[in-house]
Amino acid sequence: MNIEIITPDETIFNGVAKLVQFPGIDGSFEILNNHAPMISVLKKGKIKLQDENNQTQFFEVKGGVVEVLKNKVLVLAE
Amino acid sequence: MPNLKEVRTRITSVNSTRQITSAMKMVSASKLRRAQNAIIKLRPYSAKLTEILQNLSSNIENTNAAAYYEKRKVEKVLIIAVSSNRGMCGAFNTNIIKAVNLLIQDKYKIQNNKGDVEILCIGKKAGDFFTRRNFKIIERLDHIFDKLSFDNIVPVAEQLMNDFKNKKYDKIEIVYNRFKNAATQQLVVEQFLPVLSPSILSIKSTTADYIFEPDKKQILDELVPKTLKIQLYKVVLDSWASEQGARMTAMHKATDNATEMLKQLRLSYNKARQAAITNEILEIVGGAEALKG
Repeated sequence: MNIEIITPDETIFNGVAKLVQFPGIDGSFEILNNHAPMISVLKKGKIKLQDENNQTQFFEVKGGVVEVLKNKVLVLAE
Repeated sequence: MPNLKEVRTRITSVNSTRQITSAMKMVSASKLRRAQNAIIKLRPYSAKLTEILQNLSSNIENTNAAAYYEKRKVEKVLIIAVSSNRGMCGAFNTNIIKAVNLLIQDKYKIQNNKGDVEILCIGKKAGDFFTRRNFKIIERLDHIFDKLSFDNIVPVAEQLMNDFKNKKYDKIEIVYNRFKNAATQQLVVEQFLPVLSPSILSIKSTTADYIFEPDKKQILDELVPKTLKIQLYKVVLDSWASEQGARMTAMHKATDNATEMLKQLRLSYNKARQAAITNEILEIVGGAEALKG
């Protein structure tokens, strides 16, 4: 699935990932391929992202909104 | 015939002016590129945020965020005037000042007569103007342009949102220049608070059936303040990019004018020089004739 993480100042990540873990407002959750459409809110924490080569990356966010639609994940981070 | 020395001094002074204006043009051109990048990156962000919000806005009742949508009888008004810290950018600041004046004297005449219109100035130029004319200015935020970042805007937006919630103001409007391209800016008067609920026509019926996590209410409580902060940030970035564009165009024109003027001056300098030489030759020939005779 495609994932794009953008902040008001810049795009932090844009690419393909196998697994993403978000710090949701009610606890953390993961998104895998073919997830149903969803909108959710994040709290302060780290986004964990695993790409196709099983490399793990972390991104620090202060909060944000996630939209999942048709294997496209858009994170409007802060 | 103009004096030779006079023309020479004018040529030197016009030349140095031309150098300054063309240097300023270069500087604003490079600043413009950065500013343009920033605003172009932000626009999709804010568009997406608005889209998500519109999907949800029918559920706005009974949330904490509903306070930002509340339409009250307009008694106290705050106008945010976004200008620049520096001049030399054509009609950029004059336009803002004119629009604010018009807004006060026309749309908010009644409120103004009661002394209920206040101004928040971002940028020195509008600030100076309105201070001199004794308008009610609540704050001057000239430092924002020194270091333009989202984190600097957030406290300002939060302050405004609190003021609106606590009924210090019934309406907040922003006057600024929207960036279209390097040569054109569009003067915009935008309502900041209360939030304009989207008209039914503009809502596209979204195809996807979203899962809302945790629930619509909580998402709205998070999203509405965030959108407002982004809106203010966008306004400031728009204005910053417009300013650089306006200055670049103004300086470009000034450089062109100086070049044209230099051409005219060189022409008259050469004419004067030729006339002087002709005169000298005439004198010599005249003298020689007199000796012969």
